[in-house]
Amino acid sequence: MSIITSVSTYIIPCFILIVLVIASYKKLPSYELFVEGGKEGIQMAFSLLPFLLGMIVAISILRSSGALEAFINLITPLLVLIGVPPEIVPLALIRPISGTAALGMTTELTQHYGPDSFIGRLAATMQGSTDTTLYIITIYFGAVGIKKMRYALKVGLLADLVGISVAIIIVKLVFG
Amino acid sequence: MVNLIWAFMAIIGIVYAIFNGTMDQVNQALFQSANEAVTLSIGLISILVFWLGIMKIAETAGILNVLAIIFRPVIYRLFPEIPKDHPAIGYILSNLTANMFGLGNAATPMGLKAMEEMKKLSNSPIASRSMITFLALNTSSLTLIPTTVIAIRMQYDSVAPTEIVGTTIIATIFSSLSAVLLDRFFYHMTKDKEGL
Repeated sequence: MSIITSVSTYIIPCFILIVLVIASYKKLPSYELFVEGGKEGIQMAFSLLPFLLGMIVAISILRSSGALEAFINLITPLLVLIGVPPEIVPLALIRPISGTAALGMTTELTQHYGPDSFIGRLAATMQGSTDTTLYIITIYFGAVGIKKMRYALKVGLLADLVGISVAIIIVKLVFG
Repeated sequence: MVNLIWAFMAIIGIVYAIFNGTMDQVNQALFQSANEAVTLSIGLISILVFWLGIMKIAETAGILNVLAIIFRPVIYRLFPEIPKDHPAIGYILSNLTANMFGLGNAATPMGLKAMEEMKKLSNSPIASRSMITFLALNTSSLTLIPTTVIAIRMQYDSVAPTEIVGTTIIATIFSSLSAVLLDRFFYHMTKDKEGL
C-alpha cells in the first residue's frame, strides 16, 4: 500500500526533475519555454469556460428539478432485476454524466456503508474505473472547435456500460 | 447529438419542475451551477498554465519523442492516421500515462494539447478518427492507481484503502478494451455509410 501511494507522490516531482535536468543539459532556455507554453493555458481555460458552463448548468437543471431522481427511481427496479444492487444505481447512472455529482455520491456511499463494505468497495471500483464521458467529450471537442463528433458519444457511453457491468461482476466475485 | 442532449436535459428539467413544484430549486441551481462552472474554469487556469509550460520544455527537449519511440508499435496500431513523428503522439502518450497514475490534473492539459495537434492534422470541424479513438480511451479511463478513490477510502478509515486497486484495474481494462473495439466497430460502420 505504501509503495502505491509513494509512487503517486513521487511521479510528478520526478517527472519535472527529469524534464528540467535534460533541458538544462541541452542548454535550452527552460524558463522562457515554460512561460511560452504556459501562455497557451490561459487562452485554453477561457475558451473552455462557455462549454463547461453550458453543460454544468443543463445538468444542474435536470438534477435540481427532481427529474433525474424520478428517472432513477423509475428504472431502479429494472436494474435490480438483473442483479444490480439498488444502492449503487444512482452512482452508475450519474458516473458518465457528472464527475462532481459522482464523486459526491461515492463519498456519501463510502461514509454511509463504510469503505470496507460491499457497497463501499463497489462504489470505489466504479468511481475509479470509468471517467465522466460527457465532461471529457465536452471539453476536448470544445477546446478545438469540433462541431460534428460523429460516433464518439456512442462509443464513450457504451464503454461506460461495459465498465460499470464489469465493476459489479468483479466486485461480487472478489469481495462478494 | 450533443446539441440535442444538452437542450433535452434543460427542457426535461424545466418541464418536470413545472409539474413537480421544484421551480425554486431550479432557479437556485441555475445560478449556483453557473458560478461553480466559472470557479472550475478559473481553477483550470493554474493547472493548464503549469502543465503546458512544463510540457513545452519536455517537447523542446525531445522527451516526448523518446516516449513516442518507445510506444510506437502500440500507438501506430491505435492511431494509424497520425504520421510517425508527429508531436500529437507525444502528447497522447503523456495524457494516457498521467491517466494511468490517476493524475487527472496533469492529464487534461496534455489531452487538450493532443487534440490541438490532431486538429492540425485533420483541419476540419468534424471529429477525426484519431480524435474519437483518443476520447474513447480517455472516457474509459485506463487507470492503474485511482488516487482520488484511495484518498476517500483513507478519509473514512478503511482497513485497506488500496484493496480496490485490483478490481478497478480489471474493470478499467474491460472498459478500455471495449472502448477500442467499439471505436473500431463504429468506424467501419460509418466509413461504409459516409464513404470516407
